[in-house]
Amino acid sequence: MFEEDQPRPLLEVRGLTKGFAGVQALKGVDLQVLPGEVHCVMGQNGAGKSTLIKTLSGVHQPDSGEIRWEGKPITLPRPTAALDLGIATMYQELDVVDGLSVAENIFLGHERATGGVLHVKKANAIARTLLKRLGHGGLSPSTEVGTLSAANKQIVSMARALSRDTRLIIMDEPSAILDSGEVSNLFRVVRELTAQGIAVVYISHRLEEIRQIGDRISVIKDGRSTANGLNVTDTPKSELIRLMTGRDVENVFPERKPVPVDAPVVLEVDNLELFGHFDKVSFTVRAGEILGFAGLVGSKRSEILETIYGARKASSGKVSVQGKVLRPGSVTSAVNAGIGLSPEERKSQGLILDEPIFKNVTLSTFERFARGGYLNESAERGAAREQITALELRPADPDRPARTLSGGNQQKILLARWLVHGTPVLLLDEPTRGVDVGARAEIYALIRKLAAAGTAIIVVSSEIEEVLGLADNVLVIDDGKVLTQTKASDIDEHGVLDLVMKGSAA
Amino acid sequence: MSEQNTKVAEPVIEAPAGHTTSKANPLQNLLKGPAGRSLGLVIALALLFVVGAVTSGDRFLNFENMLTIFRYASIIGVISIGVTFVITAGGIDLSVGSVLGLTTVIASLTSVQMAATQSSWILMVLVALAVGVVAGLINGVVIAYGNVVAFIATLAMLVGARGLAELISGRSTQIVTNRDFLRVMRAEVLGVPLLIWIFVIVAIAGWFLLNRTTFGRRTIAIGGNLEAARLAGIKVKRHLVYLYVLAGLAAGIAGVMMLGRTTAGTSTHGLLYELDAIAAVVVGGTLLIGGRGTIMGTVLGVLIFSTLTNVFTQNNLDTSVQALAKGLIIVVAVLLQQRFAARGPRKREKPGLRKAA
Repeated sequence: MFEEDQPRPLLEVRGLTKGFAGVQALKGVDLQVLPGEVHCVMGQNGAGKSTLIKTLSGVHQPDSGEIRWEGKPITLPRPTAALDLGIATMYQELDVVDGLSVAENIFLGHERATGGVLHVKKANAIARTLLKRLGHGGLSPSTEVGTLSAANKQIVSMARALSRDTRLIIMDEPSAILDSGEVSNLFRVVRELTAQGIAVVYISHRLEEIRQIGDRISVIKDGRSTANGLNVTDTPKSELIRLMTGRDVENVFPERKPVPVDAPVVLEVDNLELFGHFDKVSFTVRAGEILGFAGLVGSKRSEILETIYGARKASSGKVSVQGKVLRPGSVTSAVNAGIGLSPEERKSQGLILDEPIFKNVTLSTFERFARGGYLNESAERGAAREQITALELRPADPDRPARTLSGGNQQKILLARWLVHGTPVLLLDEPTRGVDVGARAEIYALIRKLAAAGTAIIVVSSEIEEVLGLADNVLVIDDGKVLTQTKASDIDEHGVLDLVMKGSAA
Repeated sequence: MSEQNTKVAEPVIEAPAGHTTSKANPLQNLLKGPAGRSLGLVIALALLFVVGAVTSGDRFLNFENMLTIFRYASIIGVISIGVTFVITAGGIDLSVGSVLGLTTVIASLTSVQMAATQSSWILMVLVALAVGVVAGLINGVVIAYGNVVAFIATLAMLVGARGLAELISGRSTQIVTNRDFLRVMRAEVLGVPLLIWIFVIVAIAGWFLLNRTTFGRRTIAIGGNLEAARLAGIKVKRHLVYLYVLAGLAAGIAGVMMLGRTTAGTSTHGLLYELDAIAAVVVGGTLLIGGRGTIMGTVLGVLIFSTLTNVFTQNNLDTSVQALAKGLIIVVAVLLQQRFAARGPRKREKPGLRKAA
């Protein structure tokens, strides 16, 4: 698509930084986009992709760094400035108005009109031409957009970009809302665009897709560029994964203690299945064992965990704790039988942020402290204080609202909750997400200590290294299927990725 | 987008000065707690009293008039306490006024009154309460298990219960003839009418239930974060049903009080009470999105509105002016609360924003 004597970049970004109240979202991002290429930008959740897009489309202003358009430095003080230059953005949540027609959506904001009177026929005619250019001449300009599929709404969104004489289209995970048939159609349209000299910045974290559609790749990790303009064809997937996830900080994983051979099986999952999410899954976890789920984003690890917990109702199969079979789809049944869950989204699923630490700690046990429905807050506070000391939770004030704590300490609240409950089974979904490196080591040590005390633990994490470092045994999961079950010490990160890639290739 | 939100919401905060000093200054502590939140309401109420005293003098400031204010507040007050629970859990109940009307109609039916004459006046009370409970049960089941939005479900009950009340009563006023019932309802204890005592008792019971029991804890937990409550093992659906039953029960109690005060049951009783109740609850400081509720605030909210009405009546002012004043109070109160709410936690959360604000 481009020659060795490189053409002048259409868009050039150098050393872009952007901070929000207390968080540095971009710490130095570089990007060069050539005319007519599909430039993929990859990165994990939280890497800063969205902030980058918003900075390039004029929604956010960078704190420092340079943006050049055809070699000239520019500023984008508001979204219309970007549009006027010829930079259009297709957001993940499509910005089309359902109640308006296809043509009305295409010209939204720059209607074809004289003195406020719309030229409906003219607009429809231009819209038809634009749709034809995208290979969708069959789409009628007068159709109401609300009746269209997500794929066709994307087409409308792209036609809108074309209607403005756009030279660069930024697409934020456009395939996320499409099925596989629609994705190949999207690719066809993207190629139509690039053939006309329009550059496309394609944001995604789906590796296979990028392989198919991309010309060059840039990778962002933790707000920093880790790779710039790599050639798609000669960059192996494993290298991309390393660039996306590669940890430059050494993790201190606690030493494993061998699980005694005679340790009883505490959790038994037998042919558990949830249609549309994962196939029959079977495994057991013994007292003192840490089982890890390794797999990439979208492998359905969390869904399996939530189904075990009853937060999702299994289609078939059964879960038993210490021989007692749980009622499917009942969290109460799971909690009563002795399973605790520390959910993936700590804030939205785990904590009541405005309530004090101690009430969050006793959220699943406050009835135990109560007598005849009468709460005993001092006993609750006492129990919470014990855990605060044991887990070294900071600040050590049980009355402090959970909102004011750091991610690591909020995670400790959730651990404390189940420690007070005394559950023999603990499910930990992303226990170190949003937790800084120092606090991570502390949480790892706590998890290991809990296992040593006889708790059966399942750990799910999108960081393969974390799963392998922490767990005794590992299930490698991809696309709702268990690819293998093995001892954590018998496999490394590359082994897991090889399995996952073979799985997705098949 | 989500990546950035989660990151921004990840404050690593040093201990804010002043918050940890729980024993340093008891007065300061009191002002920061729930009492402090109610302080604004107490001041507003005091101001109204000053206005009343200045404009009407002794006609306003006498024991009888105080009783009038409280009597006026009592029925709407009982309803508001029921609604406080529902709103604290993040729900809403628009049907309480209609349900009140329905309870008065059914409890004053000739057949019910005859049966009551043959047995006991308590039968009328029980019938009214039962009607309230059943209406609340229907609301709760439709909302929790039918997954209908509370606003819609209780709006349907608002319309339906009023219609049913009209059908049953034939839109006529049913006079209460049971002498025992009327005698009890008109009774005074320590010189204070029973209606006011009922309000006081319901308020105290409500405060206790919300702040000191597992029921209250569940209510606040569900309102604060429904998903977290569910994943912690709280039976959310069942509790939601209980909450709407509680609101219905409060409407039933209010229905009994209404029968006693007006000595008649009619389908028009309780018209628009749901709006007065919601106004009182919100002015009182209960968050409409749930997670924080205050019975004390609700009681003060109700008293502010009833005092306002009293002051206006004493001065022979137009009821339209009164409605206008009510509207203003609601907006100003909520605006003030939002400022306080925004200032409180945010100051701790994002120190960097203070300059901008």
